[in-house]
Amino acid sequence: GGGASLARAGAMRLLTHNMLACNIKGVQNGYPLKIEAGEVVTKEADFNPDFLRHIYPKLQWAALRAGAASMGEPDTLPAEVTEEMLGDEEFLQRFHHVLLELHLETGGLVCPETGRRFPVEKGIPNLLLNEDET
Amino acid sequence: AVEPFRDPKVELEQYPTGPHIAAVLVTEAAGRGDIEDKTVLDLGCGGGVLGIAAALLGAGAVLGLDVDADALELARENVEAQEEAEGTALPVDLLLCDVAGVGRGEWAGELRADTVLMNPPFGTRRRGADMEFVAAALRVCRGAVYSLHKSSTRAHVLKAAEKAGAARAEVVAQLRYDIPASYAFHRQKSKDIEVDLIRLEAGG
Repeated sequence: GGGASLARAGAMRLLTHNMLACNIKGVQNGYPLKIEAGEVVTKEADFNPDFLRHIYPKLQWAALRAGAASMGEPDTLPAEVTEEMLGDEEFLQRFHHVLLELHLETGGLVCPETGRRFPVEKGIPNLLLNEDET
Repeated sequence: AVEPFRDPKVELEQYPTGPHIAAVLVTEAAGRGDIEDKTVLDLGCGGGVLGIAAALLGAGAVLGLDVDADALELARENVEAQEEAEGTALPVDLLLCDVAGVGRGEWAGELRADTVLMNPPFGTRRRGADMEFVAAALRVCRGAVYSLHKSSTRAHVLKAAEKAGAARAEVVAQLRYDIPASYAFHRQKSKDIEVDLIRLEAGG
């Protein structure tokens, strides 16, 4: 079960990071955002292999691995994922942990093209653009 | 129980989504297979009512978006309170961003969700706000969008949704939305508005 978690709710996980990019007008290469990790918290989440298999084809795998490294995780995910791995519980547990259990509480998300930093505070990324950026 | 807005901002048309309406919306979506093990976006999440309900009904992952930092702070507190009540983590992340810019990117990995749930502004303060949300929802959605709109705007909404790329648009239920007096300019104690729960299917 949930256990004693001290993590605040609603903090950014790597599943979310995988879908975020810099929306500044004119930016061509705003993905993925580079993670500057301040406080990272691990929070147990329900293991759901069906959901993992459902979401896997929609993920940018390299961005997930890069994000995990930025969050200070050891390199536990392979460069390539095979069909077989998606049926292997051990792999799925590692995938689950990286995708859904690491929370960025404070830090920043940095545009790879412009260097614009989007702050993450209380687990919430602030992607609001300034007037001159839209 | 989910806390309503503490200090609602009239220009954003912040009205809490009452528990009855939230229950109808999320139950309809769940009954059609659009919640369990799916990625769900709560667009204009406010206090997070719809997203939290989706998480409780088995959504694989929920993302709540809002342009107002105060609303998201409330959403976060609401998620925490639910997690404490349930004794387990809820898969809800939150994002501070403008719906107008959402889903416009061309890169692989752009923000997408299986299902979008929303109770958007009606467009009474900022004209076209409701259809801006519908357009954004259709940009990011792979499956179904569930949205609340004033019944008086039904024909307009259905037509505009199809123009915005919906493969299908239908009214799933009609509800009474009891909006309590929350702003100084509200003269009545509460007002009943007839709203449609509309379901859109994303095109292509």
